[in-house]
Amino acid sequence: MVTVDLKALIEGLLLVADGPVRPDRIALLLEIEERQAKTLLQELQQDYERGRRGFALALVDGGFQLRTRPEHAEWIRAFRKSRPFRFSRAALETLAIVAYRQPVTRAEIDYLRGVDSGGVIRTLLDKRLIRILGKKDVPGKPLIYGTSREFLELFGLNDLTGLPTLKEFNDLPPDMLANIEMRAEEQVSSKDDLLE
Amino acid sequence: MPYQIDLDSFKGPLDLLLHLIQKHEMDIYDIPIAEITAQYLATIEVMKSLNLDLAGEFLVMAATLLHIKSRMLLPRDEEETAEEAELDPRAELVQRLLEYQRYRDAAISLEALPILGRDVFVSSPQEPEGDEDEDAEWEPVGLFELVAAFRQLIQDNGEESVHEISRERLSVTDRINQILASLGERGSLAFGDLLPGVVGRNEVVVTFLAMLELVKMRLARLMQNGRDNSIWLYAVEGVDDHCLEQDETLGYS
Repeated sequence: MVTVDLKALIEGLLLVADGPVRPDRIALLLEIEERQAKTLLQELQQDYERGRRGFALALVDGGFQLRTRPEHAEWIRAFRKSRPFRFSRAALETLAIVAYRQPVTRAEIDYLRGVDSGGVIRTLLDKRLIRILGKKDVPGKPLIYGTSREFLELFGLNDLTGLPTLKEFNDLPPDMLANIEMRAEEQVSSKDDLLE
Repeated sequence: MPYQIDLDSFKGPLDLLLHLIQKHEMDIYDIPIAEITAQYLATIEVMKSLNLDLAGEFLVMAATLLHIKSRMLLPRDEEETAEEAELDPRAELVQRLLEYQRYRDAAISLEALPILGRDVFVSSPQEPEGDEDEDAEWEPVGLFELVAAFRQLIQDNGEESVHEISRERLSVTDRINQILASLGERGSLAFGDLLPGVVGRNEVVVTFLAMLELVKMRLARLMQNGRDNSIWLYAVEGVDDHCLEQDETLGYS
């Protein structure tokens, strides 16, 4: 059997992969230990970083993917003749709420945003950035939403813990905080009453 | 006082309130409720005068503000328990504003991430030309294929009978229900099977509209087989009630 340079082989696989590649998939294909596959992938990652290459090996949705560098975006867009796209604020807000609060219902999103979010939710479902996780076990059985694998890929996240930290409430004056907590408890208990 | 606001940019009443609080450098934990109410009402007055489509939520918030204002003005009811008396009428609003602000900020940090297709790109491997893989051959149907299929249907079925005396009027809604029932049984339907037997032009059109409505309501999906170009209608599973909850009249009868 010909000895191949495993690292170079993996590099080739990454180049033609159609999505993030998990170490276990490589391990299975090359008949090596998963740990070894992971080490080689991490070595490649460091090689690219040190070599100041035009691409980096990003950790996305549990797998590794070759991605160009953000600082080259303008030239790459021009090269690919792709128009820069922007998210509407409504879409980003809704996406943020779903990402941080999942599983979340439409009613909760509407309440948090103060506006009807039906249209935005549908668009995000269409783009597969959010998905229906199931139904909440409360009266009316509303659908609950969460983010999808495509969401992680779009924002280059390995998992949800990679989300930017959500700002905590700035220190509320203690009396007001007490009020709010009391109110929250009231709401919870009144909901329980409804259920009984 | 000249008033310059980018009205379109307000995504809702909470957004507008936060904007006013920041603009007038108010303390969000101790909102001067009379002042903010006046500012808020003035702004939605401007929106109304510009004939902007004022969402109902803006009016609900106006009512909430006025309610809070009145509660702050009224002397405390002596019969109120000590607990209730201590409740700041603004507390819930402040909580909502802070909560909203968190997600507004979170949205901004999301947008700052390296977004695929905007900031970072992946290589685009080309698909092999061959057609060994049966599964890969189903593609979404384009408009032109649909039009062509429709023309074919009309050609095959379109002869208006000269002897026709009574016409059975079939509504799009009825047809939708029929198609849904068959989809429920079989999971998928060939485009040609939607119209078994000899039918009139009227029925072809109604059926076609019914099919488009189903796709629009996301109850069905149209896919085309790359090998023989046949178009198939598929049932969409698992999205039952989020489609039906929109109480939308179909526009046809």
